[in-house]
Amino acid sequence: MQPILQRTDKGFYCPPGDFYIDPYKPVDRAIITHAHADHARSGHRHYLTAADGFALLKHRMLASAQITPLPYAQSTNYHGVRISLHPAGHVLGSAQVRIEHKGQIAVITGDYKVEPDQTCAPFEPLNCHLIVSESTFALPIYQWQPQSILFDQINRWWATNQDQGLASVLMAYSLGKAQRLLAGIDPTIGPIYCHSAIEPINQIYRDSGIDLPQTLRATDPQRARSLVLAPPSALASPWMSRFRPFSTAFASGWMAVRSKRNRPSVDTGFVLSDHADWNGLISSIKASGAQEVWLTHGYSTALARYLREIGLDAKSVDTRFRDESSSAGHDPAGNPPDSIIPELKPAGEQ
Amino acid sequence: MIHFARLYDTLDTSASTTASVDALVDYFQKASQSDSAWTIAFLIGRTPRQVISSRLLREWAAEEAAIPIWLFEESYQAVGDLAETVALLLPPPESRNLVDRPLSGWLENHLQVMAKMPEDQKKQALMQAWRSMTVAERFIWNKLLTGELRMKVSQKIVTQALNRLTGLDPSILAHRLLGEWVPTPFFFERLTHLESRETDLKQVYPFHSADILEDPVETLASPSNWSAEWKWDGIRSQLIHRNHQIHLWSNGDELITERFPEFQAVSEFLPEGTVIDGEILPWDFKSDQPMAFAELQKRIERKTITKKLLAEIPVLIMAYDLLEFQDIDIRHLPLIDRRAKLDSILQYQKGSRPIRFSQRLNFNSWADLGSLQSACRSQMAQGLMLKQIHSPYQVGGIRKAWRKWKVPPMTIDCVMTMAQPGSIGGQQATVYSDYTLAVWDKPGGSLVTVAKACTGLTDAEIKKIDAFVKKNTTERFGPVRAVKPVIVMRIEFDSIQHSPRHKSGIAIRSPRIIRICDDKSPEQAGTLSLLQQLPGIHSQNTILHQNQTSID
Repeated sequence: MQPILQRTDKGFYCPPGDFYIDPYKPVDRAIITHAHADHARSGHRHYLTAADGFALLKHRMLASAQITPLPYAQSTNYHGVRISLHPAGHVLGSAQVRIEHKGQIAVITGDYKVEPDQTCAPFEPLNCHLIVSESTFALPIYQWQPQSILFDQINRWWATNQDQGLASVLMAYSLGKAQRLLAGIDPTIGPIYCHSAIEPINQIYRDSGIDLPQTLRATDPQRARSLVLAPPSALASPWMSRFRPFSTAFASGWMAVRSKRNRPSVDTGFVLSDHADWNGLISSIKASGAQEVWLTHGYSTALARYLREIGLDAKSVDTRFRDESSSAGHDPAGNPPDSIIPELKPAGEQ
Repeated sequence: MIHFARLYDTLDTSASTTASVDALVDYFQKASQSDSAWTIAFLIGRTPRQVISSRLLREWAAEEAAIPIWLFEESYQAVGDLAETVALLLPPPESRNLVDRPLSGWLENHLQVMAKMPEDQKKQALMQAWRSMTVAERFIWNKLLTGELRMKVSQKIVTQALNRLTGLDPSILAHRLLGEWVPTPFFFERLTHLESRETDLKQVYPFHSADILEDPVETLASPSNWSAEWKWDGIRSQLIHRNHQIHLWSNGDELITERFPEFQAVSEFLPEGTVIDGEILPWDFKSDQPMAFAELQKRIERKTITKKLLAEIPVLIMAYDLLEFQDIDIRHLPLIDRRAKLDSILQYQKGSRPIRFSQRLNFNSWADLGSLQSACRSQMAQGLMLKQIHSPYQVGGIRKAWRKWKVPPMTIDCVMTMAQPGSIGGQQATVYSDYTLAVWDKPGGSLVTVAKACTGLTDAEIKKIDAFVKKNTTERFGPVRAVKPVIVMRIEFDSIQHSPRHKSGIAIRSPRIIRICDDKSPEQAGTLSLLQQLPGIHSQNTILHQNQTSID
């Protein structure tokens, strides 16, 4: 019998339906889980993506790209394969891809998190026979604290910097993390600036009905007490110098580990991730009821071994999605891979 | 303990002395006397003994986290620090404590009690403690359990902070930190007490440093105005004899008397009111040559100075200058006069002679001096010190009266065999920027590791090597990747020694990469024998018996 899903050199492929999920090379039919650069590449003939993520994908792809939106939980059919998209809770419009053929069900999670997020639909647990899960943070050292604690920390950091006459430069990925931060922080503390890689995406979020606080252009003069949201790649750019003196912070799951947090270019780290932590991964995989588990990017080998030891048929599969050791996927729109933080001298020193 | 954990973090990440001093002052202002006393003990390296072995810590943490031990090890690989790994992977605390429980309480009521418990009780106590702690607290607690709580500050920073707090002179504070004491509130009170019986008996003079000689030596004009001595690689220090006591200060402003008990004996011949400027050197009395600087570091780093260590790494002071004579500051006198007095007091030295007069080298012309300079390596000297014979002992300002004429560093071409993500500050952890470098054991033979290096390349070069490593990995060992041995790099270094502990039989100290040799094939890289024949190579440190030195 034809398998429902295969790993090929172009990415995950469904032979009976003749389509790919997040392919890395140009194909005819691509289903895109979310608009981050390592999952959504240009050059495919036809794209299918969640309706909530349509505008984001359109913003990221060439104007000529043919993109079909599909609302969450509605299904469509390619050559007898039933396809539906379900919220993954990663960023606005992120989806898990559920495919069903002759009674076999596979779910490709894409990137996901289980903690609620004001800026996107919450992760929906799905039942299936085969689950393809990400494993970016698949080690027990990664256990996220509730986001309310993180936002308290960030608000306090911002206010403390204000007392010391510093602007607060908060680095975050331009798509998703930046908007989640905007929606979660206390906007009454002071003015908020966003880098030009972030602002257009804010607009898309706002147009999609997500409530974000007012953000200012960098030319506005009230910089001293401000919070500045910028992608990590902007840190070393001349654009940043207008906000000096400032203190820097990076919001990322990688900040859990001291050696990553304690870098000269970053004064503070906030452990805020849009990926599932160790417990989130284990519980979602278990809850899917899947007997077969494929694990992509990150600590996939460790997670596979752990799941095998508790009786699941799990394996690690190589993909080109970004993980902790690859630096692929840097895109000029300011969405660099997790691990990149450019150099910068500490606050106050030029 | 949260308060202390924050201090630890600040000191661990702060780049500047001022920031560290500020953080300490702030901490001491808020902490109780008990906590302050314990903190000072940690700051000066007096860490409590290990309470639990790292094996048990791993096992119990894995058990508490309900994970297999291999997964613990995988996690440890990703974190790189045992205490931190344990802190992160335990389940979240059972309740959040709003009040910070003091450090001294944890130490006195828990750690010290646990140390005496049988193993099963210890385990229960430990898990109980973990369950009540946040990640930040657990991190410090685990460091305490394993006896590994080290803080990245010098004694100078501690005394500066206490000075800001109390107004007491740093030298008095440094003195009060010496000897046996127990971290109690009483100790802290005595440490910071304003009235003092101590005077400035240990007062050190600012060190006179020298500029590096960049221009040709001939530009120094008449050779007859200059004296020359070997420039040694040791710890520049002042030996002070006042009020029947010997004190040693390093030029890092640290009181290091206790590290070098062999100098206590010099009070027998050295007149009262003497200050000598010299260099502490690890000395091989058999071959009458200095040992490698790395040996001296052991004397500084080891917690206790054992008789074995004293016998293995004997030291002497190479005396350069005399700053105080019969209680009188003589720094304004001409160098030759000061040195004549120095030579004369050292004549009274008996026995093992731990102070040696740094001899003036004979030369009549700059050409003579040039040939001495090229003999530096075989003398195990770093170069020559040139001093104007009439120069006073100066501080700051014009330093042209003293010049360092350094020997150019040694170089060798190596083949890169392995790489791992950078450990140097600022490098992203996922860029391969630390390299293992090897030379051939014999021409056409196999590669043996001789150095690890991570400095010297530009960001663009590091990026290029990183891409190479990712494409040419042959094997992985945790974070380390073995690569195809094709890239040749030239390294430079100032010191090399024979070392039986290394597979190659040699150890290179602080190698720097000078360039990537794109024009060289790996076969053209250097060989072991090339390194072994370098004139500056230090012999291996065998156990040497230092006959007449009193070490008690």
